[in-house]
Parts: sequence; structure tokens; C-alpha cells
Amino acid sequence: MTSAAELTIDGVPLKQRLKRTELRQKLKALGLVLPLFIFIIFSFVMPIGTLLMNSFVDPGIRNLLPATVEALVEWDGKDLPPESAFAAFVADIKINQQNGTVPLLGKRLNYEISGIRSKIQNAAKKIEKLDQPPFKSAVIAMEPMLANTSTWVIIQRGHSIFTPNYLLNALDLKLDEAGQVVAMPEDRAIYKSIYLRTLLISLTVTLATLVLGYPVAWLLANLPTRTANLLLIFVLLPFWTSLLVRTTAWFVLLQDNGAMNEFLIALGVTNEPLKLIFSRFGTIVAMTHIQLPFTLLPIYSVMKTISPSYMRAARSLGAGPTYAFVKVYMPQTLPGIAAGCLLTFILCLGYYITPALVGGPTDQMVSGVIADAMNRDLNWGKASALGAILLGATIILYLVYDRLVGIDNVKLG
Amino acid sequence: MKNISLAFALLAGAAMVSTAQAQQVNILSGGGAYQESQQKAYFKPFEKATGIKVVEDEYNFELAKIKSEVDSGAVKTDVFDLDAPTTLQACAEGIIEKVDYAKLGLDKSKFIGADRFDCGVPTIIYGYVFAFDTTKLKPAPTKMADVFDLKTFPGKRALQKSPVANLEWALIADGVAREEVYKVLGTKEGVDRAFKKLDTIKSQVVWWEAGAQPPQLLADGQVVITSAWNGRIFNAIKKDNKPFKIIWDNQGLDWDVWAMPKGAKNRDAAMKFIAFASGAETQADQTNYISYGPANKDAIAKIKADILPDLPTAPENMKTAWEVDPSFWSDNGDELRERFSSWLAK
Repeated sequence: MTSAAELTIDGVPLKQRLKRTELRQKLKALGLVLPLFIFIIFSFVMPIGTLLMNSFVDPGIRNLLPATVEALVEWDGKDLPPESAFAAFVADIKINQQNGTVPLLGKRLNYEISGIRSKIQNAAKKIEKLDQPPFKSAVIAMEPMLANTSTWVIIQRGHSIFTPNYLLNALDLKLDEAGQVVAMPEDRAIYKSIYLRTLLISLTVTLATLVLGYPVAWLLANLPTRTANLLLIFVLLPFWTSLLVRTTAWFVLLQDNGAMNEFLIALGVTNEPLKLIFSRFGTIVAMTHIQLPFTLLPIYSVMKTISPSYMRAARSLGAGPTYAFVKVYMPQTLPGIAAGCLLTFILCLGYYITPALVGGPTDQMVSGVIADAMNRDLNWGKASALGAILLGATIILYLVYDRLVGIDNVKLG
Repeated sequence: MKNISLAFALLAGAAMVSTAQAQQVNILSGGGAYQESQQKAYFKPFEKATGIKVVEDEYNFELAKIKSEVDSGAVKTDVFDLDAPTTLQACAEGIIEKVDYAKLGLDKSKFIGADRFDCGVPTIIYGYVFAFDTTKLKPAPTKMADVFDLKTFPGKRALQKSPVANLEWALIADGVAREEVYKVLGTKEGVDRAFKKLDTIKSQVVWWEAGAQPPQLLADGQVVITSAWNGRIFNAIKKDNKPFKIIWDNQGLDWDVWAMPKGAKNRDAAMKFIAFASGAETQADQTNYISYGPANKDAIAKIKADILPDLPTAPENMKTAWEVDPSFWSDNGDELRERFSSWLAK
């Protein structure tokens, strides 16, 4: 009478039966999340993956000058390459000329050798007519840039489909002729300062929204619902106003003879109009205005859930109002603060139209540069590298944040 | 039997009608007052003359937009209005077609700047000019170099936040001949010289980015003189009655062109449209609606006498004009823009 396993009515062990049912349940659940999963893979993971790849994979030179890069493999990079490499180059250029891809080659080389684009195009027209060796002397005579060893070093590096250039350039570094990583010349080193500026502006705006938003959130949470809702509409107004209208409004307020300056001059605070717009101040004010609801709402919704009895208890146990507020109330709002600040900070990293319109000459943020590289220059390698570094920096900051605040503590309401 | 053939005839007729209706051309342009002028001078008259329907849309001259259409094989647009640098880039990418003037039935030599573009037919020429508020600046500035003269003409000035045109102006104001500008700017010393000249006014400069900003900055009294695209200032003077005046001295000329993407669905209609919009009559007509210069040289003679003086291509205004070199900027744009950004940050 000691059966090994309990059997169900149709003789299958109960355990097995249970497993099968569970599996079916799991598959059902999986089936429900599958559409979202596929959507995320296609619309998020894959594009971002491709984008990150673009920042260090670039087969451009290899595809356009296949014979030349092969012929340059053995070259030591000291003197000009041998005749055989030039012969391969001439053959490659002829193919490019036929396919109409010379401009692409010029564009690709121009990323690393400024000014070579049109020169390659002009040289290609002449190279097309070359059919007798020696090619080396002829090509060198045609275009002085092709007589530079450095040009050939760049082409030689194109043999590998991996290039560190985009990422290095995005950090104001570059490879010199000997293959060493060196700093960009000072007059072209701009990206590091743009990154720092982006972080600094985002941080300032986050703090400003917190300082301004926290008391308002408290007020909203403690007012009768009807009044609170009315006030909430005011808080949400910037949400519903178009970006351009908002920006124009700031213009009217902040310009040299605008309302704000006239008011300050009338008060005698200042004699000359202050530089309120086209400056860092203008950028931060305008961004804070837009971001305020993002910081405020999570704090507000967390505050709504805090029972007033805690404060009452603290007070009845003898804590003063400030002490009770700081020690009892504020720690409970921390998850809201954490969520709101994180949201605002990350959204701030992506701003570029607002700084462009109300900011000064040194308020360009990194997203603006990425958009230009993407739309204007079609230099997706550069755009990807800048994006990858921004993403990396954001992830690092997020980890630090997690350490400090604890991401489990983040609550949206 | 009779009935059946009748039915076939009807069907065939219906098919013909539907193909005739399907004749259309999709055009993408820059929007605003500019596209309105194109509607009046080109789109509507073209529909009337040929029966081909014009379906228009707006874009922001994003190269990525053309590229994504062509690369994905889903080319929706048949004709693009493009600015000069975008044209060169798109041509280099091989995503727009080379122009065959003979097939279009146009005479290449009639178009100002046609040699600069393999892949586009020049349509308008606009001027990078300076403009000032006549009520604020006395004496009034008369030449471009006055912008760099802070003593005689004190006050804030606005420049575009871009090295294009600014570096050229700086060199010309510093004594470089117009014809030599790009040669000088092609050297490191030349670039240094241009930035040094810009340094002299840097503290007084407000930088603008959107074309609508310059007239606004002038109207608000934020600056006393500004660089701008001539059409924007013209509108402010004529439509909003602002007391502005354009300094035509040393204006920089730049182009918009018509171009066709590779794989355009309505290629024939697109070519018909480009030929139509490039005619002297139609181009002269466009000047009634916007103050940009027609690229077709023959159009100048057909422009109304009271409109001509406000156009960048009017003989009087062309005397000291120079042409923005799209080829120079696509060669050196990346490097100079980086240099410009780092100079701004200093």
C-alpha cells in the first residue's frame, strides 16, 4: 500500500500533472507579455544596439578601397607606400568613379583628414585617365594631400572594420600618426566641456525644481481637494503650453528691456539691464519651468499617502514642528524626491531646443550636437559615439544614485 | 456580345480616367512664407497648366529624412527643395539624382550657380545681409565693415551661431578681397585671422539660431544691428512696418535648389514640375510673394520695377556680393564648426 507517488484519477503522477498545468499557465503569461517583449526588442534594444555598434564599427574605407587596404597591410608607415599600393589605389578609385562612390569616400576620409573631400573628388577625375605605371609619382604629383604619409596611415587603419576614432573624438582625443592616443588640439577640443556643461545644467535644474517644488507639493497635499486641484492645474500649465509659446513668454519677461529688467531698474536694484536671457540663467529658468511638474508630481503623490497621524504622534511626544517635519515627515517623502529628481535629471540630459533659443553661446547641450551630427552631417558614427558616452555616463550616475538612495526606495506614488 | 464589349470599353475608360487622376507630384519644401510663395507662383499654376496634382508637405531640410526614404526604398517624395550644403551632401551620398539639363529642357548657363551643383537646379538666391533699426543707429551704418566698428556704432549686434558667413565677413572686414576669402580661409593663419577679427566684437554679440530671431531681436531692441536672411527683414519692413534697413554691402549669396531623390515614383511629373518652376516667367512671378532672387538670369528683366531693389540679385545689390561656397563648407565645415564652438566657449 505504499505507492511511490500519489496518482490523479487518470493514473498520471500528481507531481507531473501539476507541472504540466503550471507550464501551461506560464506559457499563457508569457504569451501575454510577448507582444511587449517583441516590441521592446525591435523598437528599443535593436536600434540602441545598432547605434552603439556604429560608434566603433565602420567598414567604410575597407569597402571603398578594398585592394588598397590589402596592399597597405605590410607597409611600415615610415615613408610613402610602395608602387604596388598606389597601383591598387588607382584601381580602387577607378571602380569608385564608375560606381559614383567617390564622394562617399571623400566624406569618410574627411572625418579624419579635414579638407580632403573635394581634393579626392578632383584627383579621382584625373586618376580615371591614368592607365600607365608608374602610378606613385603620377598620383603624388596630382594632389599634395596624397603625398602625405599621414593620409596613407589613415587609409591603412581602414583595414580593420573597428575604429576607435569616433569614441576618442567624442572625448576630445585622437590617434596620432604613430597610433598613440593624444589629446585633441585645444581649439578643437569641445566635447568634454559640453558633457560637463550638460551634467551641470541638468543638476542645477534638478535642484531648482526640488527646492521650488517641494513646498508646493506639501501645500497641495495638505489643502482641501478642491483648492488643491485648482492649484494643480497651475502647476501643470507648462505641460500643456507649446514649447515655442513658452519660450516666447520668457523672451518677453527676460529680455533687456523686458518686464523683469524694467521692474528691477524701477526698484533701483540695478542701473543697467541684467543679462537674463541668452545666458545660463535664461536656460536654467526656462528648463526649471518645464521640468517643475516632473519633480513635483511624484513628491505630491507620495505625500498624499503619508498619514497625518505620524506627525501628530511626533508632536504629541514632544518634538517641535521643525524637528518633527525633518525627522518624521521628510524621510517618508524621500521615495518621491528620489523618483522626481531622477526623472527630471534624465529628461534634462536630453534638452536642446530650449538652450538653443534662450541660452547663451556656451549653453549648447550634448543632445544638440548629436542632433546636428545625425541630421545635418549624416555622420552617424559621431552621433553614435556621443550618444554612447552620454548613455554610459547616465548609467554610471544611475548606479551611484542607486548606491546613495537605493532604487527600491523610488516611488512614483 | 455587344453588351460585353461595351462593358469592356467602359472599364477601359474608367481605368484611363483613374490613371489620369493618379498623376501627381509630391513636393517637400521648407514651409513658412517661402512655401506660400511657391504655392502661388509654382504649385497652383503648375496644376492648372498640366492637370498634375501637387501634393506638398514641409520639412526642416533634414538630410536624414531624404536618406531614410531612399534607403528604405519607400520614396514618398518626388521633388525636394534643398539648401546648398544639404544638396552637396545628398549628392555625395548618392541619394539624389544628377541633373540632366537637356532632358529637363533647360539651359544650364541661364542659372546662377548651376556649376556648383551636380544634383540640383538652382531656384532661388537669398542673401546673408546685415540689417539695423533706423531709429536706434545714428549715423546710419552703410557698409558691412561698420558692424565691426564699435566706436562709431555702439550697441549689441546679433550674429548667427555658426561659422558660415561670419568668418567670411570677418576676413572681408579685415581687408581680404572678396575673391580671396576662401583661399585665405583655407589656411590656418586665415582662420586665426578671422577669429581674431571676431574677437574685437565678441563681447557685444548676441547669437541667434532660428531665422525668425533676427527681426525679433531688432524689434525688441535687444540689438541695434543683426545679420539675417534678407527675406525675413523684408517681411518685417513690409508686413510689420518696422523701421529696419538692409545693408546690401558685401551680402553673402546662397541657394536653394530643386532636386529629385533616386527612385522617385512620379519621376516624369517631377521633371515636368522642375522645368515649369525654373521658367523665367514663373520665377519672376515668385518675387511678387517673397523677396528672394530668381536663379534664372532671364527672370530679372521680367520683375516689377518696384520689387527689384529689394532682391539680393538686383544688379545694384550684387555689386559687392560674394557667394557662399558650399564646397568649401562641406570640406571644412566639421573642423571649423568645432573650432567655432570652442571659440564661443572661451
